[in-house]
Amino acid sequence: MTANKYSVLNTRVHNVDGYPKVTGRATYTFDVKLPGMLYGKILRSPHPHARIISIDTTEALKLPGVKAVVTGKDTLGVKQGIWRRYPELCDEQILTIEKVRYIGEPVAAVAAINEEIAEQALDLIDVRYEVLPFVDDPMEAIKKDAPMIHDGVERNVNVTRHIEWGDVEEAFEEADYVREDWFKLGGQAHMCMETRAAVASYTPDKKLTVYTSTQSPYYHQALLAGVLGLRESDIRVIAHYVGGGFGGKFELDAAQFCASVLSMKLSKPVKIVFTREEDFIATKRRTPMYYYVRTGVKKDGTFCAREARVFTNGGAYTGMGATALYLTGFFHSFPYKWKAYRYDGYRVYTNSLPSTSMRGFGAPQAMFCSEQQIDWIAADLGLDNIEIRRKNAHTAGYEVPGQATIGSCGLGQCLDRIEEWIKAKGTLPKNRAIGISAAGFMTGGIFNWFDSPYSFSSAVVTINVDGVVELHVGAQDIGQGSNTTLAMICAETLGVKLENIKVHSGDTDHCPADLGAWGSRQTLMAGNAVKMAAEDAKKQLLEFASAKFGYNIIYDLDIKDDWVHNVARPERGMNYVDLVKEALRGKDGQRIIGRGHYTPHRKGMISPAYSYMVQAVEAEIDVETGKLSIIGCTTAHDCGQPINTLGLIGQLEGAASMAAGYGYLENMPVEDGKVMNPNLVDYKIIRAPDMPECEIIEIDTFEPEGPYGAKEAGEGLTNPTAAALGNAIFHATGLQMKQAPIMPEMIVNAFREKEKGGGTP
Amino acid sequence: MEKQLLRFYVNDQEYELFINPKTLLVEALRDHLGFTGTKRGCDTASCGVCTVMVNGMAVKGCSVLAVQVNGMNVTTIEGLEKDGKLDPIQSAFLDEGAFQCGFCTSGMIMSARAFLNETPVPKDTMEIRRGIEGNLCRCTGYNSIVRAIDAVAKGKYRGVCDDSK
Repeated sequence: MTANKYSVLNTRVHNVDGYPKVTGRATYTFDVKLPGMLYGKILRSPHPHARIISIDTTEALKLPGVKAVVTGKDTLGVKQGIWRRYPELCDEQILTIEKVRYIGEPVAAVAAINEEIAEQALDLIDVRYEVLPFVDDPMEAIKKDAPMIHDGVERNVNVTRHIEWGDVEEAFEEADYVREDWFKLGGQAHMCMETRAAVASYTPDKKLTVYTSTQSPYYHQALLAGVLGLRESDIRVIAHYVGGGFGGKFELDAAQFCASVLSMKLSKPVKIVFTREEDFIATKRRTPMYYYVRTGVKKDGTFCAREARVFTNGGAYTGMGATALYLTGFFHSFPYKWKAYRYDGYRVYTNSLPSTSMRGFGAPQAMFCSEQQIDWIAADLGLDNIEIRRKNAHTAGYEVPGQATIGSCGLGQCLDRIEEWIKAKGTLPKNRAIGISAAGFMTGGIFNWFDSPYSFSSAVVTINVDGVVELHVGAQDIGQGSNTTLAMICAETLGVKLENIKVHSGDTDHCPADLGAWGSRQTLMAGNAVKMAAEDAKKQLLEFASAKFGYNIIYDLDIKDDWVHNVARPERGMNYVDLVKEALRGKDGQRIIGRGHYTPHRKGMISPAYSYMVQAVEAEIDVETGKLSIIGCTTAHDCGQPINTLGLIGQLEGAASMAAGYGYLENMPVEDGKVMNPNLVDYKIIRAPDMPECEIIEIDTFEPEGPYGAKEAGEGLTNPTAAALGNAIFHATGLQMKQAPIMPEMIVNAFREKEKGGGTP
Repeated sequence: MEKQLLRFYVNDQEYELFINPKTLLVEALRDHLGFTGTKRGCDTASCGVCTVMVNGMAVKGCSVLAVQVNGMNVTTIEGLEKDGKLDPIQSAFLDEGAFQCGFCTSGMIMSARAFLNETPVPKDTMEIRRGIEGNLCRCTGYNSIVRAIDAVAKGKYRGVCDDSK
C-alpha cells in the first residue's frame, strides 16, 4: 500500500461521538424524559388472522391513571407504506380497523401515568374477533385455495419481479453440465440493542416533536405527516443517538405512530418503548426465502446460464420487502458474468410478522445459494473453486446487461490474495476446513420509490469566525459512524483539522433532508454532498485569500492542515483561522456558507458503484453433535479508498458477526404464525467467545463515483459469511447444506442420511 | 406493597430512596436517580446493557432488586470518569473504536472494568472473551472490545491515566 496522501482520510481518529458514548452521556430515545410525560402500551393481536368484530375500551378508561385509549377508529385510517409511488403497496394500517393479519399486530394503544398501569389497562380492553383460517408459509399461501390475506390480492402474491438478459434457453444448450438445487433461507431479527422507541410531544399549535430511534428522520417526518394529517414541516423528528438499525428502523413503526396519536389526543408527551418480546414478534425481519437455482456451465468452468425462482415470505405487509425481492434477484447474479440470466421473484403475503430489509438487503440469502452451488459444481467437474470464480468474475467496466455498469472492481485481486492466504495455511486438522465466498454490493441504492422531492443527500457547511465548521447533514448516524466519516471528508476537503468540524445530524428542524442510513448510501451519497458543500465554502475563502495575497492569478491557492497557501510556494500563506476572521469582515459579517447535494442520474438501475469482497471462513464441525465453531475469518475487501480506518475495521468485524449469526445461530422458527423464541435466552446471537479473529486484507482501488474514490463498507460484508461457512462444512465433510441458518440437528441428520447411503438433504 | 427505605452509595455519593421493594436496581438508578448511562435491553437478564458494579463486582442491574444493595457501593458508567479524566478502559474503547451505536457500551465498559479488577493479567484473549460473555453487542463483533481490554491489561495506559482502581 502506498503512503497516505491525505491529512485526515485513511487515518485512525476517534469517533466524533465517542466521548459521549464511552461516558454514558449519549442520550437515546430510550433515555428521553419530558415534563408531564405519559407512558404508552400497545394491545396486540393474539391471532394470526382474524376479523375485528368490536373493541370495547370502557373498562380500560375507568382504570385510575389511564389517560387515553385509542383504536384504529381514532385515527385517519390511512394505509401507509414506504413505497409511496405505488399506492397498492401502501398496505399497512398501524392500528388496524377491520382485520388482523399477524400475531402481534397492534389493535389499540393506551397512555397512562406509568407503564405498569398502561399494561394493566391492556387487559381491560375487550376485543371480539372472528378467527379466520390462516397461512404462514409462502408455498402454501400461493396455492389457489389458500386464505386471502388482503382483499383482491389473488394467491396472496404481493409483488413479482423479473430480471432477464441473454437467451437463457440457448445458453443452457451450450452448457456441458447443468445443476439445480432448492434452498430454504430463514428470517433474522435485526435485534438492535435499543428496541423500537418513540417519545411524541404534540402541542395545541399543531406542532409535533418526535424523538425516535430511526435510520431516517426525514422518512419518519414524511410518513408521520401522511398518517396524521399534518404538514411535514410541522413535525420535528429528533434522533441524536440511535441504538442500532441494520435495516429495521426506517419504516414507520407502532411506537412512533401510537405515541403520536395518543399525544395528539392529549396534548401531552407520550413515550412508547417496545419490550424485547415486542421487538421480536411485532417488527419486521430479514426476508425468509425459498430459492430454486438452475445453473449451466461449460466443462472448463465458464458460466453459461442461470435461472432462479424465488418465493419470499412477505408476512402480512409490504414494508421494504419489495426492494429486497428485486435486490436478491440482482445480487444472485453477482459477482459473475453470466451470458444469460433469468430471475423470477414472488413476494407472497402470509399471516406472520412482515419481512423487510436487513443488512445485505436480500443478498446474503442469494449468496448462500449461489456461492455454495458454485463450490458443488466445481467439485462435480473437478475444478478449482477459486479458479472457477476467477474465470467468471466481474471486472472494471463490465456491464450487467440492462442493470448496471461496474466502475472500479478489485474482485480479481481479492481472489488472488485469498488464494495466497489459504495456501499459506497448509493442511488443516480433521473435521476442519476453509470455505470461501465471493460477493459484491451496491454503494448507495438509487431507488426513490419513496418519491422524495428532495435531493438524496444534502449538506450545509457553515464557517464561524473562530474557524469552527458547523456541518449540517441529514445523514443519520446509527452507529455505523457516518458522523465521523462525513466530518473527515469535510475536514479533508476544506483543508482543516478534524477538531474544527462539528457535525449536526438527527434533527429534521435543523438538518437538510436526506433519505437516511440504508442501502449503503451515506459514504458515497452524503459524502459527495459534504464534499461539494466544503468545496463551495473553500472556494469562497480562497477568493478572499486571492484578493488579499495579491499573487499573480495564475497561481493556485489551497488550504491544508489549517494553512492557506500558494501551492507553488507552500511557505507563503497564512493561518486558516486568521483568514476566516478577515474574510467574514469582508462579507459584512456574514458567515461563510457552503451548500452541497447529491442525487444520482444515469447510474443504472441499482447503484453508482459496487464494492467487492472474498471471504474465507475456517470452521470446525463436531461430527457427533453437529456443533460448529468458526476458527477464523479472513476477508479480502475492495471498498475503494478507505476513509475512516478505525470505523472500517469495526464495520467489517461487525458484519462478520451478524452474518455468522445468520449462518449458524439465529434460528427464528415461526409455528402457526407465532415466533417461537422471542427473547434473548432462546434467540442466540454471537457472543464474544464465539467470535473469531478477523483478518482484513485491503485491496486498493479508486472509485470515480465515490468521494475521494470511496465505496461502501460494512453492509456488503454481511453477504458472504453464511455461504462461506456452508462451503467450509462441504469441504470438511462432503455435506451440502441447503438451509440457513445451519443448525446442529441439520448437520447430525445430514450425516445420518449420508451413512444410510442416501444423498445429502 | 409497602415502600421501603433504601440507603446506598452511587458513585461515592450517598442516596436515600423510599421505594417499592419490587423496584429493580436498574430502575432505581435510571428512573429514580437519573443515571441514564445504564441501559435496559431485554427482560431476561441476557444482554448485559444494564451492567453496573456493586462493591466492585459486575452485576446486571435488572437481575437484583434495588433493596438488595442496601448499604452497598454501586458504580455506574457515570462514576468511572474521575475529575474529568477517563478511566483507562474508556480511553481504550475510544482508541480502539470499541463501540458503534453505543447502546451496549456502558454495560460493556462496566463488565470490562470489573473483569480487569478481578483479572489484571488475563492469560489470553479467550479469557477476556469469557469475561464479557454476558454482554451482547450487535454492532462491533466484539473484537475491537477485546483489543481495548487487552491494551489496558498489557499496561498501555499505565501512567497515562489512573489505573489503580
